[in-house]
Amino acid sequence: MATESNLAHNDQPNPGRRDFLYVATAAVGAVGVGAVAWPVINQMNPDASVLALASTEFDLSGVEEGSSVTIKWRGSPVFVRHRTAAEIEEARAVPMSDLKDPETDEARVKEGHDQYLVMVALCTHLGCVPVGDAGEFGGWFCPCHGSEYDTSGRIRKGPAPKNLVVPPYQFLSDSVIQIG
Amino acid sequence: MSSHTSNYTPSTGIEKWLDDRLPLIRFSKEHLMDYPTPRNLNYWWTGGAILTFMLAAQIVTGIILAMHYTPQVDLAFDSVEHIRRDVNSGRIIQATHAVGASMFFAAVYMHIFRGLYFGSYKAPREILWILGVIIFLLMMATAFMGYVLPWGQMSFWAAAVITNIFAAIPVIGDPILQLLRGGFAVDNPTLNRFFSLHYLLPFIIAAVVGLHIWALHVPGNNNPVGVEVKSERDTLPFHPFYTMKDLFAVVVFCIPFAWFVFFAPDILGHPDNYIQANPLVTPPHIVPEWYFLPFYAILRAIDFNFILDSKLLGVIAFGGSILILFFLPWLDTSKVRSGTFRPMFKWFYWVFVANFVLLTWYGAQAPDMKVLGNFTVADTSKLSVLYYFAYFIVILPLLSRFEKPRPLPNSISEAVLKPAPATN
Ligand code: HEM
Ligand code: FES
Repeated sequence: MATESNLAHNDQPNPGRRDFLYVATAAVGAVGVGAVAWPVINQMNPDASVLALASTEFDLSGVEEGSSVTIKWRGSPVFVRHRTAAEIEEARAVPMSDLKDPETDEARVKEGHDQYLVMVALCTHLGCVPVGDAGEFGGWFCPCHGSEYDTSGRIRKGPAPKNLVVPPYQFLSDSVIQIG
Repeated sequence: MSSHTSNYTPSTGIEKWLDDRLPLIRFSKEHLMDYPTPRNLNYWWTGGAILTFMLAAQIVTGIILAMHYTPQVDLAFDSVEHIRRDVNSGRIIQATHAVGASMFFAAVYMHIFRGLYFGSYKAPREILWILGVIIFLLMMATAFMGYVLPWGQMSFWAAAVITNIFAAIPVIGDPILQLLRGGFAVDNPTLNRFFSLHYLLPFIIAAVVGLHIWALHVPGNNNPVGVEVKSERDTLPFHPFYTMKDLFAVVVFCIPFAWFVFFAPDILGHPDNYIQANPLVTPPHIVPEWYFLPFYAILRAIDFNFILDSKLLGVIAFGGSILILFFLPWLDTSKVRSGTFRPMFKWFYWVFVANFVLLTWYGAQAPDMKVLGNFTVADTSKLSVLYYFAYFIVILPLLSRFEKPRPLPNSISEAVLKPAPATN
């Protein structure tokens, strides 16, 4: 084949085949670029040592009624609050229509352990740790941009959009929980 | 202007040899010495030189700091203390870098507001302006990541809050957040990558500055009357006229800079940042560095749901407040560049400046602080946010319809020589 006819693409005896070669080359090239790009990006994701710490056990018996402790799970703080009967009652008396992110108190605790509230201690706005026993609603107050949560950890005021997150956890015995 | 030819004639054999291979001297002569510059530039036009100086200062001090700093969560805080106490001259070099970031932003704000007043963003300087906004964004990213490095309480919580902004993106927000942090929370992987990027970004900034100056040298400088250069009578060679003026401005700029470094190195910082990072406790009152406050106030002001939830909306307003600058060249429909000749624009401009200062103040206050009667910062700051956006999307697009500009001088030289009787 003469060089000139190679350049003049339309004069090819078989343009369909030529196009196929272009497309196939580009496709293989794109796969190659993708195969290189993915590890380059994915290396930034949580590594094996971070993932290895994904669950935590905790004994609740030390948490007295009316008090709260902060423990660490996956690098983030988690509140464990042992609520008083009055706090539980207060949380349950709130009509759903008052809530920005409607959720019943019952849905946020484990049945039979209603006094224990276990929540990731990060404000759902931008992730500061709220301060306990503060704010108008008797729950938590976030110092960063003023979000307020009630005694069920539900958002009541301020820029946060959602209730404090209840992490996946289960009771291993009457007083020991496993988070994660 | 761009297509001027320099009057450079290589005088020695070596210069001639070099000129045929890499015309470095010719290039410097054209762009640093003979470059024709409007003869009426005032001190607001020295900002570029000050910024270039600041970038160099940050890079030099930064490279020195990196020789003594350790990017590891258990060691980072102590390593910065080690720089401040043990390293020879470390106290001054660390202070220069930390204060330098503030001075850099002070200079960039003056530079941006100069452009806003004199209409420097208008045709044919749109690309020049856009490159400037890109530099501003890169500076913000650099300063943010630098602030995380000392691993104090403010460092940590700034990193937590700012990376969390990405979690507001629907669906892919959480995976992106984990990707940025390299974990479920801000931790050692985050600190490591921030150090790597904090080292890299200033060099990217330097490259974009190169493009910025290239885009400047094509249309040439704007100037205080905003009338384009028409003849050689309107210009002066850059050297020695503006090299000296710039140098003088840099020296004057260094006076407050040096004052901070020597007499109040920590005054611009926050005392909580001298407490080591603690992921379990947020300081009672977190505030960003002063140069982020106006945008922080915008983020915070959106605390209500409106179609979208408050968090996403806040983030959109926050991002939008900067990204809107990209569109400014097309939003301002007036053909007159300089605010001096725009009687109505002037008012809106100065209200915009005052409003920006007010937003800075709001950003530093607790959201529930009362300002006017029962109205809190969270309430009244919404008005400021409204004006901020209205300036760009309502006022500037419409203003040119109602405003009658004052008559423009025919040329720069005419404007300069105005008090004297006409020469022709
Ligand atoms: C655009 C230019 C730069 C800006 C705006 C900037 C900004 C900052 C800021 C705000 C801090 C925190 C200072 C403090 O509060 O103590 C910092 C720290 C640091 N920066 Fe930079 N920086 C820049 C360039 C560089 C470069 C080029 C390097 C390295 C080559 C560097 C290395 C460091 C190191 C090691 C620290 C930690 C030590 C310290 O906190 O003082 N920086 N930077
Ligand atoms: S992080 Fe809690 S209100 Fe913003």
